[in-house]
Amino acid sequence: MAKWNGPLEKVDEYRWRIPQSYKQGMRVPGLIYASRQMLENILDEQAPEQVANVAFLPGIVHYSLAMPDIHWGYGFPIGGVAAVRIKDGVVSPGGVGFDINCGVRLLRTNLQYEEVKPKISALVDALYQGVPSGVGSEGKIRLKRQEIDDVLVRGSRWAVEHGFGRPDDLVTTEEKGEMPGANPEKVSGRAKERGAPQLGTLGSGNHFLEVAVVDNIYEPETAKVMGIDQKGQVMLLIHCGSRGLGHQVAGDYIKVMLDAMDEYRIDVPDRQLACCPVNSPQGKDYIAAMRCAANFAWANRQCITHWVREAFCRVLGKCEEEAGLELIYDVAHNIAKIEEHDVDGKKETLCVHRKGATRAFPAGHPDVPAKYAKVGQPVLIPGDMGRVSYVLVGTDLAMKETFGSTCHGAGRVKSRAAAKKLARGRDILKDLESRGIVVRTGNMSGLAEEASQAYKDVTEVVGVTHSTGISRIVAKTRPIGVIKG
Amino acid sequence: MRRYRLIEHTADTGLVAYGKSLAEAYANAAYGMFSIIADLRRVSEVESRTIEVNERDKESLLFAWLNHLIYLFDVESLLFKRCDVTLFDGKSLVATCYGEKCDPSRHHIRIGIKSATYHMLTVDPEKNLVKVIFDV
Repeated sequence: MAKWNGPLEKVDEYRWRIPQSYKQGMRVPGLIYASRQMLENILDEQAPEQVANVAFLPGIVHYSLAMPDIHWGYGFPIGGVAAVRIKDGVVSPGGVGFDINCGVRLLRTNLQYEEVKPKISALVDALYQGVPSGVGSEGKIRLKRQEIDDVLVRGSRWAVEHGFGRPDDLVTTEEKGEMPGANPEKVSGRAKERGAPQLGTLGSGNHFLEVAVVDNIYEPETAKVMGIDQKGQVMLLIHCGSRGLGHQVAGDYIKVMLDAMDEYRIDVPDRQLACCPVNSPQGKDYIAAMRCAANFAWANRQCITHWVREAFCRVLGKCEEEAGLELIYDVAHNIAKIEEHDVDGKKETLCVHRKGATRAFPAGHPDVPAKYAKVGQPVLIPGDMGRVSYVLVGTDLAMKETFGSTCHGAGRVKSRAAAKKLARGRDILKDLESRGIVVRTGNMSGLAEEASQAYKDVTEVVGVTHSTGISRIVAKTRPIGVIKG
Repeated sequence: MRRYRLIEHTADTGLVAYGKSLAEAYANAAYGMFSIIADLRRVSEVESRTIEVNERDKESLLFAWLNHLIYLFDVESLLFKRCDVTLFDGKSLVATCYGEKCDPSRHHIRIGIKSATYHMLTVDPEKNLVKVIFDV
């Protein structure tokens, strides 16, 4: 792909501006968070052009933002954040993505690495068997026709009420796992047909389950509040989304919006940015359907959490109380939210699109659970398969600069085909095992596509968010067991 | 004649499909898409479905056509290795598709596709060529 040759102005060491004058039709400038070193990769592809294209969206305020894990996506860049005024702005399904509420959750345990190490193979086997994964995987839950609507409205709460998890899990889930304003009537029959058999499945691609250990703690006081107590402590990380249900909702509404855009005289440079006014019937319908998909994804991660706990306790011979297994937090990183933010000194209600970006609200924000009121919202940033992951917290500066948002992961630098040329799945498996990481996957070529070399170094990515102050690093984990979908 | 070639895209995967007619290019795009998902050499033609898609223009038609096939793969596990397009006018398409239900013990599944996207989506009626990027 061609290198991007557009104008880029250095604001400071980690902030790079695409001037509004770059393209006629941009309503705000673009702003990319990156180190100079990372910028080289970013400019090698067309992600900055996508940042500029997003700036065309009617009602967009401040900047079209890109987090340091920015890479070339479809329509929006991955790592993109766009906030639009709800009174005269638009909502774009492409600004959320096909995997609505793809997200991450982290569980803590009371166990140390030494206790788990002798049983890690058995544990990873049990997790692989306990949680359906892979292309076309079907869940163990059989939803009746009416039940799917309940899942779409009640999300994680539905799961907990059906025996999947604990009431406390809801407290430490973004939106409590149950986004209000979800209307199942706005979700197509096809979407429900796709979703119903897939509840409680990991899926494929970059989705995974990980057994990790705490590798370093940078803010011990903050970590303690989260139940991250010491190095070597075992953690569990779950990364997945809304499966076919979300994919279908996204596709359905891109069509709805493309058909209606002329009516609203909206012109965007890429069809994948199709959008309609937030307050139009089409905009409202999409938001109601997107919330259903988001709730489905939370229910999905909640069901998976239950089987993860079961497998963990069985293999380690502990009851749940002994094992801990509390949910530290669950974040969405593909979503649009209606939020209040300061815009030019005034409170404004905005529709914040986070496409491969994580909410990062500071201490004291009303949407942060009471438990974290003094430290800020936990932010979970998974690295790639063989490397480390991070726990961060949101900051006041994120509220001022990025509408309370930060990065979501490492961010790809190499295509899947290029990754496969670098290494074969079997070699990667051997390499990971030589580093003490046990891997189970039904798909060896998928493993190669997710090779470490295909990603930016997550440490660099979170380093930029920490240095700029849009979130702070609290702890680092490293994997000891991985299940790849 | 080559039916399709893959396009490398950082986060995703795409293809350019060719044909003697635009209808054939749409059929080859479907073939290419299922080749990304699975090794089609091991798929037999034991099931068929007739699919009708109607859209506002040729680009939306490509998007809807491929996403309809992804939907069928998701709900019925159907892997199609051949699509005969029997009606095509740039806004409507009728095709009979042949393939088999996916059996993980026999069919080598490479990767799942979440959706076709509009990003860089191109339909060229002069060259009978289509281009599409998938979210994988």
